[in-house]
Amino acid sequence: MRDHLTSTIAVGDCRIRLMRGGAGAPLLLLHGGGGFGIWLPSMARLAKKFDVIAPEHPGFGESDTPPWLDTIGDLANFYLDFLDQLDLRGVHLVGSSLGGWIAADLAIRNATRLASLTLIGAAGIHVDGVEQVDTFLCTDEQRIRDLFYDQQLAEAVIASSERPGLEDIALKNRMMTAKLSWQPRNHDPQLRKWLHRIKVPTLLIWGDHDRLFPKDYAFAYQGLIPGAKVAIIANCGHLPHVEQGDEFAAKLEAFIGAMRVAA
Amino acid sequence: MRFFNFHLMPYRHADLDAIGRNGSAWVTFSNRHYDPQKGSELYHEYLDQMELADKLGFDGVCLNEHHQTAYGMMPIPGVLAGALARSVKRAKLAVLGRALPLINNPLTVAEEYAILDNLTRGRLIAGFVRGIGAEYHAMGINPAHSQERYAEAHDLIVRAWTEPGPFSYAGKHYQFRYVNPWPRPYQKPHPPIWIPSQGSGSTIRWAARMRYTYCQTLSPIAAVARFFQMYREEADKAGYRASPDQLAWSNTIYVAETDEKAVREARPHLEALMNYFLKMPTEMLLPPGYTDPASMKRVRAAKVTGKPQSIEDVIKAGVVIVGSPNTVREKLAEYQDLAGFNTSLTKTQFGTLPDDMARANMMAIAEEVLPPFRDRSPGGARREAAE
Repeated sequence: MRDHLTSTIAVGDCRIRLMRGGAGAPLLLLHGGGGFGIWLPSMARLAKKFDVIAPEHPGFGESDTPPWLDTIGDLANFYLDFLDQLDLRGVHLVGSSLGGWIAADLAIRNATRLASLTLIGAAGIHVDGVEQVDTFLCTDEQRIRDLFYDQQLAEAVIASSERPGLEDIALKNRMMTAKLSWQPRNHDPQLRKWLHRIKVPTLLIWGDHDRLFPKDYAFAYQGLIPGAKVAIIANCGHLPHVEQGDEFAAKLEAFIGAMRVAA
Repeated sequence: MRFFNFHLMPYRHADLDAIGRNGSAWVTFSNRHYDPQKGSELYHEYLDQMELADKLGFDGVCLNEHHQTAYGMMPIPGVLAGALARSVKRAKLAVLGRALPLINNPLTVAEEYAILDNLTRGRLIAGFVRGIGAEYHAMGINPAHSQERYAEAHDLIVRAWTEPGPFSYAGKHYQFRYVNPWPRPYQKPHPPIWIPSQGSGSTIRWAARMRYTYCQTLSPIAAVARFFQMYREEADKAGYRASPDQLAWSNTIYVAETDEKAVREARPHLEALMNYFLKMPTEMLLPPGYTDPASMKRVRAAKVTGKPQSIEDVIKAGVVIVGSPNTVREKLAEYQDLAGFNTSLTKTQFGTLPDDMARANMMAIAEEVLPPFRDRSPGGARREAAE
């Protein structure tokens, strides 16, 4: 039994790919610089309680690269159009890494369609004095190793990434990630000034061994978003929804569940 | 043929083992390894060599631009061009930087080049480059903006030189309420523009259309011939016949009494250049967005970076010419006829080559190579040979 469908939709002049499955309140999942990926076990689990919507960003993979796409802010506005077009309300917005940056920027601009915000190992701000790997100045293999705590998992991902046919998409994703995040590296100096405007309940999920945006970033975000909660996942790198999918989904479900009780 | 003495100004005292351990002499190779006492001596040594080139009859001297590297100590080539503008009396002064996309205010390049053109009373050659990929790591400029910034900066600089100011300019990357640089360039309408490149098809097409001199960097002569043929074809398409003067080959020449002696003397210094100063990983050379995905895939598949090269390899491939005066003359004539160029941008100092050897090499080239090539043009067979 298929628990999700992949389709293409047009928002304005831009056609993007979309995975969608499950039923319940909408949960919009924004991917990171690595791209669209697959329908993960954690997504399948969340689809039992939510209408999980996972778009592929403009400029990535098989989605269009529109001429107007230059900044993270462009993607934040694009997803506001997307929410309007699908007329989604009470959305649980979840963003990983670069997708977390888009989500935070979107929530500052307009949170009227949001019920909650969850950032996973998110980019977007800069924290002084925290050692971070340079994902642009390392080999493809090392970049994958740096994503994971479990190096056996990293090796499996490395092996599967070497399949022919994936290179075009990987290069397109890398190019767009560079365009969006090279300078200032992985952040917008203006973003932190306005994070206090985020009034929806916010959860910050971080792997305790995130080498891209170490957990200091979770606590920095917590200091900037009023009432934000931090959930650190043990034995986990930059991608908790991939590496510790069950625990990630459990934390997210508990956070949203507690929100409902409070309401 | 015209000869330019092309200097990279390497930090030739660099600890090669330390470069080897670091994996590259670029970006991440700590400037702890730069000794200002030795470096200051090198600047004077190299500037003296450029002045010697002028006295020996070279038609020009070339500077270039690279950042955060022991490969070359010229991050701001205009400073050194300024030092040479009054001491080099006769030769042209070619700055084969400036890496336009790295600069946040291209009007500073319009100003800098215009000053140099005035100082030299019209002997400046204005180079415009994108800079290699490593520059984008070093200078914090987005490689995905490189081509747009280059095109915009070029257009702005040429307009600033040729249109009476003030005018305003509103581009995507650069905006100015007033464009009105003083001084204006000495040459009319502006200094000759030269375009060095590693052989990008779009750059060659553009340079040919603009009638700019195209300079091919460090490449095997067969590839040089292909790129120059592409330039001639693009010129034909643009409705004119390209002159061999518009084509410049960037090479290295070392001359000694015999082939054996030349190879023996040049070997450690040339191999230091090829295998240490030039070494960098692919991800440093080609950051994402620097070039289109098709070229990126080609380079990744070829795994061009990292293979150690011997002096025999680069002689055989025609990247360099090393030998007795006779051998050098024969090879240079063969390559000139094959590729159809009329300008040689020649590194006479390279890698770790010390001052006495560099000067002896310059004098040998001036005596043995320059005179017979002075009035030589590419042979009639070049178009067929380059097919």
